[in-house]
Amino acid sequence: MLRKPNPSSGIPIYVQLKEQIRHAIETGALSGGEQLPGIRALAETLVINPNTIIRVYRELEQEGVLEIRHGLGAFVASRRRSSSKAGQIRDGQHLVRDVVDKLRARGLDEGEIRRLLEAELASTEEVSRR
Amino acid sequence: MAAVIETRELRKNYGTSEAVRGLNVSVSVGSVCAFLGQNGAGKSSTLRMLLGMTRPTSGAGYIFGLKIDEEQESLRIRQRAAFVAEDKRLYDYMTVAQMVRFVRSFFPSWRKDLERCLIERFALPLDHKIRNLSKGMRTKLALLLGFARGCELLILDEPTEGLDPAAIEDVLAILVSLVAEGTTVFFSSHQISEVEQIADHVLMIDSGRLVLDAPMDRLKERYRQIQAVFPDLVDEGDFRIPGIEKVRAEGHTVALVASENIGAIVEHVRMMQARSVDVLPLSLKEIFLAKIETGQ
Repeated sequence: MLRKPNPSSGIPIYVQLKEQIRHAIETGALSGGEQLPGIRALAETLVINPNTIIRVYRELEQEGVLEIRHGLGAFVASRRRSSSKAGQIRDGQHLVRDVVDKLRARGLDEGEIRRLLEAELASTEEVSRR
Repeated sequence: MAAVIETRELRKNYGTSEAVRGLNVSVSVGSVCAFLGQNGAGKSSTLRMLLGMTRPTSGAGYIFGLKIDEEQESLRIRQRAAFVAEDKRLYDYMTVAQMVRFVRSFFPSWRKDLERCLIERFALPLDHKIRNLSKGMRTKLALLLGFARGCELLILDEPTEGLDPAAIEDVLAILVSLVAEGTTVFFSSHQISEVEQIADHVLMIDSGRLVLDAPMDRLKERYRQIQAVFPDLVDEGDFRIPGIEKVRAEGHTVALVASENIGAIVEHVRMMQARSVDVLPLSLKEIFLAKIETGQ
């Protein structure tokens, strides 16, 4: 179900994997209560460092996306938390659409808007991670 | 986290040439640490010192807390750490099966299960003489002999040299499964893509000095390429700001490699009336090249 991340991209593998898991939950490919693969099995399938998977599971647990049951493994958290996340994303989408519309109205094209957003994310990322 | 490998001001001179100039590194238990550098940067000298094959000129090194330059302790290190050398030394007159049997007899903790699994996975021809093996097969056999020892530390010098992409993926998959069991891996490689795929920590040396020591994820999060176009000609001297590792100015454009302080740098570039500013992530290869070029 999970794809091999692209190691040569500038985006850390743990970020790519977190996104994949979140996406799988949002689209329903993974549903509440479902178990995720074990650390070792997933490391072998994706051919990535098991420490990366530990980090991903741990962070997604802190974000309320997964539940770690000790000795049993990682499970998708019950639906309540993740559906509120879906709501946040929908709200965010409205905000972004609004900004994009305004920029278009000022005459910026799609490529320019994309670059602006990426530059903004890349330059604030460092600060927000501290 | 506890350190498996630790060096303090480790130095190695050969006559008047300084191969390793005061190396301070630490490799944590359970990590996959890549050791990068150009040919002649001092990687092999460092590995040889760690394994007791040559004595440091000065400084100290420890593996499992044991001193690398004391004979008895070095012997204990080599019982607990497996080394796969770049030259993949093997006895040419033996067959693959004889070689495996021979090496197995030295190690009580030999993993028979892993031996069987790797022979099959690597499709090693048991009855062939080693002298007739292809380069790739020799590498696979050397890796098998290292992996099957069941060691807590693997030190690998160019582990995938001569292997095709499918075999490399196989080797990496085996490595990550050993790491999942708690093995620590310290490896040198010129294959940046495999380093990015499995390493969680990167050490980079240049001219015998450490130039980079960071977790892989942090490298990717921190390093950015900033490209800007200005209305006027710009000079490299306009970009002396903390965090900038490399500057390349050409006419109206500048390309910066920055390791921190990205927000302030972008701000500075905008203040200089840049017409456009692009901030892009960097791959390890680009970071490597920037580090080697600046040679700091």
